[in-house]
Amino acid sequence: MNLDSKIPQGDIADKWTNHKNHLKLVAPNNRPKIDIIVVGTGLAGASAAASFGEMGYNVKAFCFQDSPRRAHSIAAQGGINAAKNYQNDGDSTYRLFYDTIKGGDYRAREANVHRLAEVSANIIDQCVAQGVPFARDYGGLLDNRSFGGTQVQRTFYAAGQTGQQLLLGAYSALSRQIGLGRVQMFNRHEMLDIVKVDGKARGIIARNLVTGELERHSAHAVIIASGGYGNVYFLSTNAMGSNVTASWKIHKKGALFANPCFVQIHPTCIPVHGTNQSKLTLMSESLRNSGRIWVPKKKEDAEAIRAGKLKPTQIAEEDRDYFLERRYPAFGNLVPRDVASRAAKERCDAGFGIEANDTNEGVYLDFASEIRSKGRQAAFAQGDHNPSEETVLKLGKAWIEEKYGNLFQMYQKITDENPYETPMKIYPAVHYTMGGVWVDYNLESTIPGCFVAGEANFSDHGANRLGASALMQGLADGYFVLPYTVSNYLADEIRTGKISTDLPEFAEAENNVRSQIDRFLGNNGTRSVDYFHKRLGLIMWNKVGMARNEKGLKEAISEIAALKAEFYKDVFVPGSANELNPELEKALRVADFIDLGQLMAQDALQRNESCGGHFREEYQDAEGETLRDDENFKFVAAWEYKGDDISQEVLHKEELKYEFIKIAARNYK
Amino acid sequence: MATKYINITLKVWRQKDAQSKGQMETYKLDKVSTDSSFLEMLDQLNEQLINERKAPIAFDHDCREGICGSCSLYINGRAHGPDRFITTCQLHMRSFKDGETIYVEPWRSKAFPVIKDLVVDRSAFDRIQQAGGFVSVNTSGRTIDANATPIPKADADRAFEAAACIGCGACVASCKNGSAMLFVGAKVSQYALLPQGRVEAHDRVLNMVRQMDEEGFGNCTNTGACEVECPKGISLENIARMNREYLKASLS
Ligand SMILES: Cc1cc2nc3c(=O)[nH]c(=O)nc-3n(C[C@H](O)[C@H](O)[C@H](O)COP(=O)(O)OP(=O)(O)OC[C@H]3O[C@@H](n4cnc5c(N)ncnc54)[C@H](O)[C@@H]3O)c2cc1C
Ligand code: SF4
Ligand code: FES
Repeated sequence: MNLDSKIPQGDIADKWTNHKNHLKLVAPNNRPKIDIIVVGTGLAGASAAASFGEMGYNVKAFCFQDSPRRAHSIAAQGGINAAKNYQNDGDSTYRLFYDTIKGGDYRAREANVHRLAEVSANIIDQCVAQGVPFARDYGGLLDNRSFGGTQVQRTFYAAGQTGQQLLLGAYSALSRQIGLGRVQMFNRHEMLDIVKVDGKARGIIARNLVTGELERHSAHAVIIASGGYGNVYFLSTNAMGSNVTASWKIHKKGALFANPCFVQIHPTCIPVHGTNQSKLTLMSESLRNSGRIWVPKKKEDAEAIRAGKLKPTQIAEEDRDYFLERRYPAFGNLVPRDVASRAAKERCDAGFGIEANDTNEGVYLDFASEIRSKGRQAAFAQGDHNPSEETVLKLGKAWIEEKYGNLFQMYQKITDENPYETPMKIYPAVHYTMGGVWVDYNLESTIPGCFVAGEANFSDHGANRLGASALMQGLADGYFVLPYTVSNYLADEIRTGKISTDLPEFAEAENNVRSQIDRFLGNNGTRSVDYFHKRLGLIMWNKVGMARNEKGLKEAISEIAALKAEFYKDVFVPGSANELNPELEKALRVADFIDLGQLMAQDALQRNESCGGHFREEYQDAEGETLRDDENFKFVAAWEYKGDDISQEVLHKEELKYEFIKIAARNYK
Repeated sequence: MATKYINITLKVWRQKDAQSKGQMETYKLDKVSTDSSFLEMLDQLNEQLINERKAPIAFDHDCREGICGSCSLYINGRAHGPDRFITTCQLHMRSFKDGETIYVEPWRSKAFPVIKDLVVDRSAFDRIQQAGGFVSVNTSGRTIDANATPIPKADADRAFEAAACIGCGACVASCKNGSAMLFVGAKVSQYALLPQGRVEAHDRVLNMVRQMDEEGFGNCTNTGACEVECPKGISLENIARMNREYLKASLS
């Protein structure tokens, strides 16, 4: 297989412009003759579907929720980056490009990342024009904050609900096109297979989740924007329905799957409370702008806290270990996520964790100093130069509330503790997947005519994602990249004509889906789908989680293979095919997660280095920092499906070239 | 967080599909952790039902952190259960007592037909949005610079507060008239408060209200139940603003 990344020639800053100038076009009068399918209506899918609708193509969009507005993107909290340099702190397209490449530990593609940085400014213009109410300062201009891994304030936000506002913006653009009849929306529909005709993507098989009916939909191009696969761990910050099925199904039909082992573990999530837990909740990273992370210096104190004998507020300043500030003075609490996560794990493994659960996994995120300093500032601003303690606290808490109110409320609802009075407890959790379907510069997979956007593709984040860059990528792909690159592909399709769903390829794909469904429903098993999903999750977290080693990965591979056999033998799926059947939906998704889990372990095993979210215990320096091996692993690992036995997948390597950024060790000290 | 366990009885609305008649069923569930969310409790019940080879209960949910607006349960006679400013997925079992009986029903409103058990069809909201809940701007990104039109912070903040509606439908479910005014008012307000949305303000409010009426939502008689049950604290002010906008648009 020839992995052609199709990166345009020329200087990095000119590549995208030159490329766009040479892409083929489809004239407006020809566009109505062409059908496009978009699977997923998160930021990537909704923006793509709205753009194609507006251009005049016939669009069919699909999502499994009851409304496109509920896609997982809605949950993003912290913000979206853009190189606008409104704050005059030295930001530029180059610097955003540089930070993203460095943050990704030099495992992302230069050309893609530069394009992302280039179009980032347009995204903000677009969203504001759509009526997205970003935070503003008193002069009426847009406000910014900073995020982990950067030293500039380039993050645009809408309180702690940025994803919601951006998605509602894209959803409104999409709604407009639906209202105009240019996009046909299929809610509560799940894509269960792709249909290839003569090697090209020509349609999908979707299940109407209400009636259970299997439907055939044809198109000249298929765009997958189905999100990430973090739920392979069962517990994660992802919405419960997030899954890998669409990506995995195209993988099975020829799309390579890249860097599956690159998973981001986010440092600031609410720790696990108990065995019935279904998901983990993120506390936005923006909180690290104001919160200081610490654990007790003395083990006795940590023990006393866990036993409920001491409160965190009773630990004296000199008995606290602000471990990020201690280890990384230049970036302090704002080091990138992978660095912050590992540092927290290191402290907890060493016995300083503060959470009273079976693992003691938890550290503090403390707002006390920020409340004081912002309270003083506010008092001074009101002309009170000698404020009382009470005034300082009151004003400080008001400041915090204005900035992070909904996050604080969310924390309190879940934990029953008041974070204005006592530090939050946090611990890393699975959050985002940098791996995904391999795509070239045009975001086309190795199946011609099948494009992949947003978190579902692999291309822009390398081994680690910097905060506020996923929202940026989703919208960049949907609004500003796919409209050009997909049109280029479609320029050769204007004479193709309508594609019939009576073709044998459609019948075959539909039959395969049907037989998989029948197999599950007819299985005489005894265990629920969740039972298997949780077991998979435990294997993944313990052996393919925040730290990996050769022995654990080998065990994981064989344990998952065994779990797969047991799953097919013993899973029990109640109900029938012709009704709303959430257990069946889950079974179909978990089947794909099991395969993917094994591939993730295989990928992690071959990558004999540590980089970004992939930490191999064998490859670390004396201080516990990652040891990358650029000599041997400066590549994208792209896997080719070879049948039911995942251990047979074949590894292809796309060599990464750094022509414009000097590759260096990543240092945040 | 000291974990406690409670035993509860649940009375749950079961309905096979839109056509069937539904009825309440009783289930006993033991050893529910008070740290569990309400939906995790339902997961636990479903696990028990599956193990007994009975049909698990269908309910809508996704983000489980109060933002997607999927979850939609009527608990002990209230939309999203006891407590204000939360969704069902944010409700935790520590709000219930050992031995308590809890009633769980779907949203009940003509415009939200039941699909199965606790799942209802809220697509009417989407259709209202499609009728005008947007700014007509093309997606080229070649608009004007985002900072070219300053917006007073107070306006931006109020627009944001209106835009924070999660489209859950609790307002409709808790209104004795099944009115969607709070939801539509929130949308109309968001754009009415921003310069970007002004140009087509007239058409927007007329079209959205027309669609709202066509979908079979009831009238607003200002009882305010919607505001009380809205998880996002969307205020009645938005209804007033919508009415003003509507009047203005109808007169001109
Ligand atoms: C709690 C949280 C906070 C975050 N905060 C930030 C942040 O502050 N900044 C930032 O940049 N990023 C953030 N992220 C990451 C970011 O939100 C996601 O990476 C991004 O939204 C993904 O968008 P997407 O469009 O690719 O996919 P998604 O939004 O996940 O959308 C997937 C879509 O695909 C559909 N779908 C999936 N499978 C199928 C199928 N088989 N058939 C039909 N439809 C299907 C779904 O219905 C959905 O519409 C956060 C993530 C989480 C979990
Ligand atoms: S107004 Fe409130 S209750 Fe009504 S849909 Fe919006 S968030 Fe839900
Ligand atoms: S599940 Fe998303 S708001 Fe409750």
